[in-house]
Amino acid sequence: MQPFLFDRAGSVAEALRAVSDATVIAGGTNLVDYMRLGVVSPKRVVDINGLNRETAALGRITLDHQGLRLGALVRMAEAEDHPGIRAHYPVLADSLALAASRQIRTMASLGGNLLQRTRCEYFREASWPCNKRRPGSGCAALDGLNRQHAVLGTSDACIATYPGDMAQALLVLDAQVELTGPGGVRLMPVAKVHRQPGATPYLETTLAPDELITALVVPASPWSWRSRYVKVRDRRSFAFALASAAVALDLEGDRVKQARIALGGVATVPWRAEAAEVALVGKPLDQTTARAAAVAAFAGARTRAHNAFKVPLGQEVLVQALLQAGALQPPPPTTRNGVTHA
Amino acid sequence: MGAPVARIDGRLKVTGQARYPADTPLHNLAHGVMVTSTIARGRIRSLDTTAAASVPGVLLVLTRDQAQGQLTAPKFGTGGSTSIQPLNEERIWHDGQTVAIVVAETPEVAREAADLVAITYDHDTPSAGFDASGVEIVDGAGASPMYPEDPKAGDFDTAFKAAPVVLDATYNTAAQHHNPMELFSTTAEWNDGQLTVYEPSQFVAGWRAQLAKQLDMDAANIRVVSEYIGGAFGSKGPMTPRTAAVALAAKLVKRPVRCVCARAQGYTTATFRAETRQRIRMGAGRDGKIRAFSHEGWELTSRPDDYVVGGTETTARLYAYGAVHTKVQLVKADRNTPGYMRSPPETPYVFGLECAMDEMAEKLGLDPVEFRRVNDTQADPVSGKRYTSRSLMRCYDEAAAAFGWQRRLDAGVWKTGAMREGDWLVGLGCATAVYPTQVAPCAARVRLTADGKALLQTSAHEIGTGVRTVAAQTAAQALGLSVEDVTVEMGDSALPAGPVAGGSVSTASVCSAVLKACGAIRDKLYRAATVNSGPPATPESFTLRDGMAVLDSGRSAPLSALLQKLGTTQLEEYAEFAPEGSAPGAVEQLRQGNPGIMGGAKGPVLMYAFGAEFVEVRVHARTGEIRVPRMVGAFAAGRIMNPRTARSQLMGGMIWGLGAALHEMTEIDPRHARTVNRDLQDYLLPVNADVEGVEVILVPETDTEVNPAGVKGLGELGNVGTSSAIASAIYHATGRRLRDIPMRLDTLLQLQQT
Ligand SMILES: Cc1cc2nc3c(=O)[nH]c(=O)nc-3n(C[C@H](O)[C@H](O)[C@H](O)COP(=O)(O)OP(=O)(O)OC[C@H]3O[C@@H](n4cnc5c(N)ncnc54)[C@H](O)[C@@H]3O)c2cc1C
Ligand code: SF4
Repeated sequence: MQPFLFDRAGSVAEALRAVSDATVIAGGTNLVDYMRLGVVSPKRVVDINGLNRETAALGRITLDHQGLRLGALVRMAEAEDHPGIRAHYPVLADSLALAASRQIRTMASLGGNLLQRTRCEYFREASWPCNKRRPGSGCAALDGLNRQHAVLGTSDACIATYPGDMAQALLVLDAQVELTGPGGVRLMPVAKVHRQPGATPYLETTLAPDELITALVVPASPWSWRSRYVKVRDRRSFAFALASAAVALDLEGDRVKQARIALGGVATVPWRAEAAEVALVGKPLDQTTARAAAVAAFAGARTRAHNAFKVPLGQEVLVQALLQAGALQPPPPTTRNGVTHA
Repeated sequence: MGAPVARIDGRLKVTGQARYPADTPLHNLAHGVMVTSTIARGRIRSLDTTAAASVPGVLLVLTRDQAQGQLTAPKFGTGGSTSIQPLNEERIWHDGQTVAIVVAETPEVAREAADLVAITYDHDTPSAGFDASGVEIVDGAGASPMYPEDPKAGDFDTAFKAAPVVLDATYNTAAQHHNPMELFSTTAEWNDGQLTVYEPSQFVAGWRAQLAKQLDMDAANIRVVSEYIGGAFGSKGPMTPRTAAVALAAKLVKRPVRCVCARAQGYTTATFRAETRQRIRMGAGRDGKIRAFSHEGWELTSRPDDYVVGGTETTARLYAYGAVHTKVQLVKADRNTPGYMRSPPETPYVFGLECAMDEMAEKLGLDPVEFRRVNDTQADPVSGKRYTSRSLMRCYDEAAAAFGWQRRLDAGVWKTGAMREGDWLVGLGCATAVYPTQVAPCAARVRLTADGKALLQTSAHEIGTGVRTVAAQTAAQALGLSVEDVTVEMGDSALPAGPVAGGSVSTASVCSAVLKACGAIRDKLYRAATVNSGPPATPESFTLRDGMAVLDSGRSAPLSALLQKLGTTQLEEYAEFAPEGSAPGAVEQLRQGNPGIMGGAKGPVLMYAFGAEFVEVRVHARTGEIRVPRMVGAFAAGRIMNPRTARSQLMGGMIWGLGAALHEMTEIDPRHARTVNRDLQDYLLPVNADVEGVEVILVPETDTEVNPAGVKGLGELGNVGTSSAIASAIYHATGRRLRDIPMRLDTLLQLQQT
């Protein structure tokens, strides 16, 4: 760890002034870890945790007829505990509850969660060649121990897995991020935030360097309650996904009108499985169609020496998520916090 | 059985008041950070400390240049973890080898400067493990005094060829690291030529002797203090080279220095359990009797040191095999030197044996419990020596009943996949736990004062097992006091020499010494009580109870009165206990760093503790996820001094066994021989959610032959056998034989694909 300057921003304006040449810190559960390991060595760190005193919305959850708005500084544990989110966006509540540990979730912010960086072991130890950490140095994982690594969205430069859980839930809920920059506020689909590695694995997001995430915005949808997150990991808690699937289904009778599917633990970015979605439309949801969709989801998978198991595992996880979502019952029309949904 | 007394130091620990070595407040303390190599094999070409040394606050960058001639290389063995003092070396022997120690005013400055030490290397291609080219293979027998020969009996080849039912299978166990919660650390302070080292240690007496050699000074001027230890499991047994190096750093900067290793550095600068590969051949008659048994082991070790695990020492004697053949070979690679880790020989080797027992039972169509019964023995098939006591089948019977083994028999003992619940395949399995009963020399001092309190001192170690509590209980009972009236001082080489906290010797050895010291006090009190007091009581009927001396006639006297009679306010006795058969001067030898452990298969009789473990697993039919909803273990380990701490040890052992079976593995990059998972995110240990039902049954057993305390020791028994019980249950659930640990879902998925 190298010395750095530390500031606390008291307002969004102040944070924006600082952010172009500083790294922001929210919960710090990812950033501090990686600073200690020497993976990143920012010269300046700006603490944004005080911003919600000036702009309360940054730390607030609002749920109404238009949907859900989550301030970027909302902690994972707060969102996971929210009864309205549990009832109307179960995929989101589950993705949070199945992540990390309760202690980490109490510290970690939603903005930071979305932007958390890969856990690739070779990325996390500064002495290995790594195109993401040191552009052009090579990739130690390609022919190394790559059991954790991605099978979708990889390139010859990098096969690191996007490790988070929440992003997949946001994808199937058609969520957007609210970005605030010097030019004002803009909304961008979550699906556009992360970049596949290609030849430039060090470019991880499409955010401008002087932009902050200020909120996550999830539209209301009549079928968001029929959503599910299934995650398989090496132990029963406190581990990243080997494979996970987020699913949201619009069913008409037993037929699928629309399906949204996102995969975690198997791809370099939060992975929308459009081929699988298409495969389900108009079909009844059962073992056979779910399995066919799962096969379609992994059609483009490229495996390495130690991660081939992620294909059958990822397929099975998706089948489970689809069938479990299909079996969900709608929530009562009114929830405890008084929000009524159609 | 003793009373289930709660740990006397429990409250201190859970309230954060227990002082671990790195917590010791010292005036003017400086901080050291180690710089470690990023290659596994080669030479240091250049080491530039200019940038590091120029960081404000840096006091010293200790490298080979500064250390020159001041550190004698350690001797590998029970006291030293390796024969390499890395600060004397130009050569890199393994990944993460210490190449410098930066000392600065604060830990942060030291860390910053450590990152600025610029090193270039001449690389050689390293050999990472068993399957790498360039490894050297040597015989285990004779490579270490601890493993003089491969146990053998009869003519294995002939017996194996003639056997109607045979098995030939290979098993692999993964490398594992101890990962104690408490990080490795050394704090060294000099005062007028006297050195005090504060470091978590399982052997302060031995370390003092080691330090004297490595720093070329008189042991009388050295003190090693290790009052509380936050987990050790063998990793803090042999002293690592850092200790002497930090002492040197403190000498050079003329200030106390504390060096706390980063978690990742613990993987390469301390010891670990190396991977093993084992081939087992077994031949049996249709009657279920084993006629031939061969156990071959390959164990990984480092280039400079021959660390031998040698679990065949135990497996060769476990059943009535007939002919026995064993052979251990060391595979020397470019890795750091392995070392002891909870049940070092038994955990890997009994995994192989017990998996093979399960496979052979199937070939014979026998209930695996009955197969063990048929081959149970009260004598060593290798030497013919008898076991002092062996309650293995009682353990099986009690555990089987509590577990409900009958369910498996009712379902058809070898019908796999028969107990399905939805997508989950249910399986039941079992295996034997075994660990040698060992005991070591130990000295203790006990002081009884007129106010009815006692002070007990020995340098033995509380590594979290509860021995401090058990020692207090033993003294309290012997002197007729309550546990609260006994103060225990441990973990300081200035105290009477205690044994290494290894080999599960602590309770037996410490209690034997404490009983001896208390016995001497009791004798004096008895004499005082019977002088001028009418007809003397017989020594047997004289008892100490509730702070009183009670004579047979019903008369009693307060301890204070007896002390007064003796013309003193306190009685202090120093006692030395040496196991039967020890060489003369065993306690003096202990002070020299020779632990003098006796027992197991070494003496004229065999001393072992046994257990039986049963587990239920659930395996997801399509994801391959493995869960362990229930574990039941029954153990017979002689006298149980404290059922509460005993149960905790055994339960912790079984949980560790679960982790070894399903989670734990140190991953080594085969190209670079470097450890890839070096923290608790990637090095998986079970979390609470993985551990469901764990039941421990203590099977009563009396064995007065093993040692005066009648204690067999059970700190290491619980995690032996667990992983084979789980493998056996997975087979029952799925029909798939997994012969390598850890067993993870990818293996099952791959088997399904084929
Ligand atoms: C042991 C462990 C296990 C874990 N397991 C899981 C798991 O199973 N699933 C999972 O999903 N996660 C897991 N995590 C990751 C954890 O969820 C993230 O570390 C956390 O969500 C990050 O949030 P934070 O607020 O602490 O981010 P920080 O560490 O503060 O920041 C992370 C990154 O986001 C940037 N950033 C933060 N806020 C903003 C903002 N508002 N605008 C722009 N940039 C911003 C920071 O500059 C930094 O680059 C685990 C973490 C650990 C340590
Ligand atoms: S997979 Fe990506 S992050 Fe990992 S070493 Fe290769 S380039 Fe770096």
